[in-house]
Amino acid sequence: MADDDERGVVLTEEQKRRRRSRSLAIALALAALVCLFYLVTIFKMGANVANRAL
Amino acid sequence: MSLIQEDRLERAAIPALPGPSLAGVEDYLALLKPRVMSLVVVTALTGIVAAPHGIHPVLAAISLLCIAIGAGASGALNMWWDADIDAVMARTANRPVPSGRVTPGEALGFGATLSAGSVLMLGLTANWLAAGLLAFTIFFYVVIYTMWLKRWTPQNIVIGGLAGAMPPMVGWAAATGSVSLASAVLVAIIFMWTPPHFWALALVKSDDYRRAGVPMLPCVAGPDETRRQILLYAIALAPLGVAPAFIGLGGPAYLAVSVGVGLVFVQRAWVVWRVREGDAARRAAMGLFGFSLLHLFALFFTLLAEKALGVAALPDLLGGWM
Repeated sequence: MADDDERGVVLTEEQKRRRRSRSLAIALALAALVCLFYLVTIFKMGANVANRAL
Repeated sequence: MSLIQEDRLERAAIPALPGPSLAGVEDYLALLKPRVMSLVVVTALTGIVAAPHGIHPVLAAISLLCIAIGAGASGALNMWWDADIDAVMARTANRPVPSGRVTPGEALGFGATLSAGSVLMLGLTANWLAAGLLAFTIFFYVVIYTMWLKRWTPQNIVIGGLAGAMPPMVGWAAATGSVSLASAVLVAIIFMWTPPHFWALALVKSDDYRRAGVPMLPCVAGPDETRRQILLYAIALAPLGVAPAFIGLGGPAYLAVSVGVGLVFVQRAWVVWRVREGDAARRAAMGLFGFSLLHLFALFFTLLAEKALGVAALPDLLGGWM
């Protein structure tokens, strides 16, 4: 009993698998957001993206 | 300190923390109501493509993604609020929240985050009119329809249908920065299509709705009145479906398809009105429900196909005759 308290909640293999898949999905979503912001910046600004005073 | 250390969740430290989540990625995708999203994608894309002057294809694609995610987010918020109703209806009992795979708080957080993110992203990508219309659509679906109308009036899906009808106008606004009569006609088609579509299903699932306490028309006014209203809406929808051919949106193919599917829709609504007993009545209602999906996709796909193939709109083809 005391040993159980010490270990807290132990995830089952299924819970670990689902947590891993959720983590991967979040990572992919964040990477997609980076790409989206990059694309929006480039296609909104067009050639002006390189147009700045030195 | 992290709440999660290796494979351990420190529940004792935070008693309110629920148990380890069993939600998989597929459960979060289910929260977005992917089948509704597919309808939103087709209709919003039509709004973008049919608009007189477009935006860059990449920006159009990102705008479409934002509209689809906004629609999905409102679906997640709907599932958060309606979990009690969903739990007692056979059709929805296995949804992620009532089945316990996703907690209500997770659904709320997921839906709210995606709502805000999609509106902001659409504003940055296209323009703030489109973003405002998307925000209005989400607000209308979640607050006006889900929280208010759905449990209060049998006209719930009539008025609430405006939220589902808005995507073509949001798409049009994303492309042009404005709205127009043509985009309003596309909205009106979906608005008029929604009641017969849902009432055909409600005729078959009325016991489910009655058990859940949702005042759908068959539960409140009875199946006969529902059948009468389905027929009236179908008759009103038929000419409205043809209208894009005469306002510069559709060409000859659209005219032919809209007349054809409009007449079949009325014929099927007539069968639903006439056949009122037994399994034949159930088959007629489900037949109309299935055909209504085909009907809407046919109209919008034809508009898309004509634009893709460069077919001129009917008034242009007929020149001075119209």
